[in-house]
Amino acid sequence: MHHLDAPNPWFSASFLQQNKDFLWSATREHLVLVGLSVAFGLLLAVPLSVLVQGHRRWSALLVQTTGVLYTIPSLALFALLEPVTGLTVTTAVIGLTSYTLLVLVRNVLAGLEGVPEEVLESARGMGLGRWRTLVTVELPLAMPTILAGVRVATVSNVALATVGIVVSHGGLGQVIFQGLYANFYRAEILTGTLLCVLLAGAAELVLLGLERLLTPWTRR
Amino acid sequence: MSLVADVLVWLGDKAHYRGDDGVLHRLAVHLEVTGAAVGIACLVALPTAVWLGHRRSRVGGLVVSAANATRALPVFGVLIVLASTSLGTTNKSAVAGLALFAVPPLLTNAYVGLRDVDPDVVEAARGNGMSGAQVLRAVELPLAVPLIAAGLRTSVVQVIATATLSAYVGGGGLGQFINEGFGRGDQVETAAGGVLVAALALAAELLLAGVQRLVTPRTATRP
Repeated sequence: MHHLDAPNPWFSASFLQQNKDFLWSATREHLVLVGLSVAFGLLLAVPLSVLVQGHRRWSALLVQTTGVLYTIPSLALFALLEPVTGLTVTTAVIGLTSYTLLVLVRNVLAGLEGVPEEVLESARGMGLGRWRTLVTVELPLAMPTILAGVRVATVSNVALATVGIVVSHGGLGQVIFQGLYANFYRAEILTGTLLCVLLAGAAELVLLGLERLLTPWTRR
Repeated sequence: MSLVADVLVWLGDKAHYRGDDGVLHRLAVHLEVTGAAVGIACLVALPTAVWLGHRRSRVGGLVVSAANATRALPVFGVLIVLASTSLGTTNKSAVAGLALFAVPPLLTNAYVGLRDVDPDVVEAARGNGMSGAQVLRAVELPLAVPLIAAGLRTSVVQVIATATLSAYVGGGGLGQFINEGFGRGDQVETAAGGVLVAALALAAELLLAGVQRLVTPRTATRP
């Protein structure tokens, strides 16, 4: 498979130079895939968790359902979605969103359940309704746990998004794949992989910062 | 939904199960790759975790963090990187890559399982004149079994899922149906492969959850 005569370095400055635009657009697509999937994940996980919270049977069902989705291998999920939604960004985002649900649901539920009963009682005593208690008391107190889930989901999806290349939208997966099909061009494969790792590290740091900003009361 | 019908017909066709390109052979390869990867990961992770946990070593937390940081590694990229080394496009690359991802759950769970054994229990065993090795064998390891089993379950299910990608680096397995299906634009084969892989992963999850429940005493259940 390899060109035995041609050199195949792991790093090439000229490769980076010549493919700046391609690398940048792949990175941008990667960010879009991860951003959209985590956002949709939250839009689904938060209301669903709020809805089932306190009902033991429904909570268990929600966690189990998202657990089944999580267990389905990404490649299989893309294979099953492709006939329906085609080789599109939509397919990639639906797949990636489904992988965020388990950790998000678990953490939202844990966060809400961690709110002390006395706090809820005093909120009630102050005359706050169900909705206001949720928005002004419960969700803010659950925030650190929810954000921890967002961090895990985001970092996992930065790594996972590469698989989206099988439906033609894999962000940096495209760089890795192109290296694979260019006779295992190492510089391209490694660049794609390392950019992914860098992105995951950056996402972790940004979200940690966000966590500190949003939950100043947890600072020691 | 004629696609669903077509997929069912595909899955019901005995011809798709026979031969080197058949479901049965590819399933066997899939399980072989999984077994080899998890086996290697156990050999590396379990002794390390047991040693760190038994010593209640402070390095343990660091090792666990490092292992968990592999979450940020794209499996796809790592497999292809390995395939472009001298390991080549073989099952060896797949096994090496998958083993790497099988280590964190095994290591973390086994380490935490041993570390969190009640110090009073260890103390009592020591007081009865047990040596360090005896405490490990008769007290700590049995108490850590539920968590070790939990780690094994996570790790096996994850590797079975990820082994699907090994088709892309010349390794075999059920992922080949998906890979070939996408390559040929054959939606029926792609989706049939998806069904097979999803079914295998869910079956493994159910089976191992059962095993985990068997080895976990009711009172010692941890979330």
